[in-house]
Amino acid sequence: MKKLIALLLALTMVFALCACGAKEEAPAAAPAAPAEEAAAPAEEAVAGSVYYLNFKPEQDEAWQKLAAEYTAETGVPVTVLTAASGTYEETLMAEMGKTEAPTMFQVNGPVGLANWKDYCYDLSGSELYSHLTSDSFALTEDGAVYGIAYVIESYGIIANKALLAEAGYAAEDINSFETLKAVAEDITARSAELGFAAFSSAGMDSSSDWRFKTHLANLPIYFEYQADGIGTTTEIKGDYLDNYRQIWDLYINNSTCAPAELSAKTGDDSRNEFLNGEAVFFQNGSWEYGSLSAVYADEDLVMLPIYIGAGDEANQGLCTGTENYWCVNADASEEDIAATLEFMNWCVTEGADSMANDMGFVIPFDTAVESPNLFVKQDVAYTAEGKTPVSWNFPTMPSEEWKNVVGSALTAYAADQTDANWDAVVTAFVDGWASEYALLG
Amino acid sequence: MVKATKKWWPVFVLPTVAAFMIGFVIPFLEGLYLSFCKFTTINKASWVGISNYVKVFQDAQFWDSLTFTASFTVVSTVLINVLAFAIALALTRGLRGTNLFRTVFFMPNLIGGIVLGYIWNILINCLLSILGQPLIALNTNAGYWGLIVLMCWQQIGYMMIIYIAGLQSIPNDYIEAARIDGATSPQILFKIKIPNVMPSITICMFLTLTNSFKLFDQNLALTGGDPNHATEMLALNIYNNFYARSGAAWKGIGQAKAVIFCIMVITISLIQLRATRSKEVQQ
Repeated sequence: MKKLIALLLALTMVFALCACGAKEEAPAAAPAAPAEEAAAPAEEAVAGSVYYLNFKPEQDEAWQKLAAEYTAETGVPVTVLTAASGTYEETLMAEMGKTEAPTMFQVNGPVGLANWKDYCYDLSGSELYSHLTSDSFALTEDGAVYGIAYVIESYGIIANKALLAEAGYAAEDINSFETLKAVAEDITARSAELGFAAFSSAGMDSSSDWRFKTHLANLPIYFEYQADGIGTTTEIKGDYLDNYRQIWDLYINNSTCAPAELSAKTGDDSRNEFLNGEAVFFQNGSWEYGSLSAVYADEDLVMLPIYIGAGDEANQGLCTGTENYWCVNADASEEDIAATLEFMNWCVTEGADSMANDMGFVIPFDTAVESPNLFVKQDVAYTAEGKTPVSWNFPTMPSEEWKNVVGSALTAYAADQTDANWDAVVTAFVDGWASEYALLG
Repeated sequence: MVKATKKWWPVFVLPTVAAFMIGFVIPFLEGLYLSFCKFTTINKASWVGISNYVKVFQDAQFWDSLTFTASFTVVSTVLINVLAFAIALALTRGLRGTNLFRTVFFMPNLIGGIVLGYIWNILINCLLSILGQPLIALNTNAGYWGLIVLMCWQQIGYMMIIYIAGLQSIPNDYIEAARIDGATSPQILFKIKIPNVMPSITICMFLTLTNSFKLFDQNLALTGGDPNHATEMLALNIYNNFYARSGAAWKGIGQAKAVIFCIMVITISLIQLRATRSKEVQQ
């Protein structure tokens, strides 16, 4: 009897273990089933499925909706998974290692592509590519198209017009670094009487520091590339870093908080200060339109170019570009690749309306629908006036590590604004650039 | 019965062995293999030989992290064990409210490391801001001591429970006999209590030593390695190599570091186990 019980118990254990093992198989089989069912009624429907690993958490809901619409229309199952903010690389790396890997993912530019090139399908023959309005929105290498940008964004200094008027200025008064500085310093001088500060906090918490170590750092890089007539380099000279210091000084010394407290300020803090009318200026991009338009009317907001006292300021536009390139997983099965290409094309044609209105995107395809996003419209208006947009060169930054070291030096400088601390920023910027590029090779 | 066990042992051992193989041995061997490779995802790895290990030894950041981790481990292991033992002594004297205190001291252990890290980050920043000191992201000393305070706060309660169990298992006769022989309190503590709780000390030392050495969540949430990697411990350093660096080569280097790290943790804990075990006494 005892023997029997022992045997039974042992068997239960073995079965329990088998059950654990079997679970992994289950999801793999599941998506295949609806695909077959769907394929049965419509003979020509693609047998594959789409798995999109989305980068932008703020558009997750809109993507889920669009994917459901596509599945309803064509019967092709589309899974959209959104990586949590700031964890895209990790998620992508983990997901790509699985048997059911994403068929569609994104990279942030040439440096991101270096990691994933071996996994990218050549999109040069795709219909999506034929809709692309300019080749500058594609990531090409040796004639192959590895990535196609799907959204164009702009950033600059967002200003609250009502508060600006209260301080006695208009947005048109600000057309150079000098005027921006004069306005900001005047507001700071009278901040007790006015009840608000010039800039919302330039927080250096990881939820916010990318606005400065990446986006603001784009400007000195842009002007250097312009002066040298290049698009990327492995050795930056840092010719415009004095201008970078000027604008950074302006941000941190005319802010809602003491510069020493910036290291703990988050992106939410900064946005909330702007939303509560505690600050006139807020450096951010067109992706913030959704949260800002919930509080402010369009006529209260304006996005100004980031003037740093370099180049032709009279003709400087917003910083406009992209760091979002769609890629297709070359290791996916042929059916899945075909299904993914179909889906991408559908998104920018049939789905163009949803991409413009639900996601607020401006897409670089000839099928684009006008977006209600105010900042995007302003970018178009600036360009129409003959101003030159500042291109996004930060995708050429050598690594995350480079950005982190520069960010760390900027934070240290903010807390104690000495020349020695600024030299540390310059070292991180210039020497760090070269050493990180050396490691990359 | 003995005969039955002899006959049926594979049935009992197999499930555990299988789980151990799947959960530990196979991933470890795969990790070992990957540390000699260059890869982005693990199923597309190309062999590069020992160059990853060579690069690890050339990486100054790795050695800085190792020094930081070692000094953190020494201080936190000593502090946690001394304080936990002192509290355990105080709470085995039959004072009023003993149960309440035991519960209160144990509570911090129930909160996860990430949450604790963020809570202490806010607390320490408040304090530093009042004192007019640079905030934790710019302050290596605050980062180091912050980590130690945080780990003490979290671990003392747990170790205390183990010490209490050890202290309570000492037969009262020993202590009574010592008293009758005229032993003073310190003598009782050092000659009777400590030798008798040696098994607990072995366990607690092992747990605190390995926990401190492998610390990750608290480090990530409290300091994130700021300022400029100065408070980056080994586990976080490996993680950053893996994810904050572009290029396939870094994954292999991170993996090589992980293998070295694993061997280090195993060696240190084996030495510690042998050292404290040898002092254990039979009751």
